[in-house]
Amino acid sequence: MSDHRSNGSGNGPGNPGKADNANPENAKPEKGVSRRSFIKGAGVAVSAVTMLREGLLSPTAAAADAKVAGPGAIAMTLKINGQAHKITAEPRLTLLDALRNNLDITGAKKVCDRATCGACTVLMDGKAIYACTLLAIDAQGHDLQTIEGLSAEGALHPIEAAFVDHDAQQCGFCTPGFVMAAKSFLDAHPQPTREQVTKGFGGNFCRCGTYVGVREAVLDAAGRMRGGRA
Amino acid sequence: MEAFEYARPASGKEALELLGGSFADSEILAGGMDLISLMKNYVLSPKRLVNIKGISEFSGIRSTQQGLAIGATTTLQELIEHKTIAADYPGLHQAADAIPSPQIRNMATAGGNLCQRPRCWYFRNGFGLLARDAKGNPLVPGGDNRYHAIFGNDGPAYFVNGSSLAPALIALSAQARIFSANGWREVAVADFFRTPRNDNERENVLQPKEILGEIVIPSASKGLRTSTYEVREREALDWPLATASVALKMSGNKIEKASVVLGYVAPIPWQAKEAGDWLAGKTLNEETAAKAGEAAVQGAKPLSGNKYKVQLARVCVKRALLAAGRA
Repeated sequence: MSDHRSNGSGNGPGNPGKADNANPENAKPEKGVSRRSFIKGAGVAVSAVTMLREGLLSPTAAAADAKVAGPGAIAMTLKINGQAHKITAEPRLTLLDALRNNLDITGAKKVCDRATCGACTVLMDGKAIYACTLLAIDAQGHDLQTIEGLSAEGALHPIEAAFVDHDAQQCGFCTPGFVMAAKSFLDAHPQPTREQVTKGFGGNFCRCGTYVGVREAVLDAAGRMRGGRA
Repeated sequence: MEAFEYARPASGKEALELLGGSFADSEILAGGMDLISLMKNYVLSPKRLVNIKGISEFSGIRSTQQGLAIGATTTLQELIEHKTIAADYPGLHQAADAIPSPQIRNMATAGGNLCQRPRCWYFRNGFGLLARDAKGNPLVPGGDNRYHAIFGNDGPAYFVNGSSLAPALIALSAQARIFSANGWREVAVADFFRTPRNDNERENVLQPKEILGEIVIPSASKGLRTSTYEVREREALDWPLATASVALKMSGNKIEKASVVLGYVAPIPWQAKEAGDWLAGKTLNEETAAKAGEAAVQGAKPLSGNKYKVQLARVCVKRALLAAGRA
């Protein structure tokens, strides 16, 4: 599925593909401009490029026409952390890019962008998913939860507190994904075994290798969430 | 990825109206686990995506007169949690449950698992389905083929099929039900897959205006002893290197009939008929299971860098058989 997994993908021959002009995060920030404000500026240029693509599939029937959205921007509503957010975006926008680039909700991280690493993990209707590989248009009508919605501002959720106490992060870039995966996992397994914990996090990578700390944190958080330790 | 039109039809009929006449026109979207990444890499750039997730005819798991029907848009997690499947078809349950990422299990669908594109890093890096250089010569035989096929690799395809569910379904004699303007047609999952002869063909029998709607496990397969055994490089987020799914009709400790299907070893799920035939009439034990593994890899023709997969396939067959016997 992706270039980062070993079997049949990563470390293979060079990529003859085109540059990704739909991916503003690949762009290089200019001096004196914040990274995020630059990205927002780059987004305008991306839209202009889109307008130039022609030859899209013409509708086969008038009835079908009304059911087709895009390729241009359309209005979407995303329910994130209990709050409705309206954006105008193309159907190709992923949920992750909608969160980060359109809504400044940056807890979910963009790392592989190919459903491979788990850094973008958010919850949809309580289940862990990869925000990078779900189209924003398909996330409409669902309850989305990001790490920003896990606890009140300034307070730590028991999972977050357990991650701190067990040194379950080094560089920390994968951590929001792990914490959200943990939330989904512990909701389904309130009293997990160590084996279940190991299997339950097969969808998240930590390249610093803090898996031991993560497993301890999750087991500890399970106890805290059951009220064993506040 | 390139911009595209998007549609989310409410019925199968409406979906057919929205699908284009060629694969370049439109792609069917369900879980999107494979498709979205291929589009991000510009391996696929369809002009339209037709999302079939909201179509009730293609969703859910239900008992029918024919057997157990699994809707194509059933997520892997729904399949794993289904009690009848876990109890009656452990080989299928194991195949789904072994897919390591909870996030993928929550998003990916049964139909998408069958329809995912080949596991081949040449294909996924833009060298075309059959991975050829500018002069039309195949890149795989002389290239890095450690994850490529050891069966059915006489060319022009050298990739492996990446479906974990297909071998288990084939062992159960499951049928794929395909929806088109002509209504439903059925094809055995074993015949659903084919090896493409050129870059314009696909790895299965679906035509551009056809939808894999559901998969049916026939009632007659209930009572078979099934198991799936796989070997993988790592336990997290990766595809197996080889798998074996077996279904046995047993009489006491004696095998009346056996089906042995290998995964990740050929451009299609690979039916090890020699092993199945050899097992008929044998008593299942460590020795016969090992010999069946030998029979299964008799015809293997490894490429320059994947001889190790012959041993993996051999061991998968043996262990799957022994596990099925214990079940």
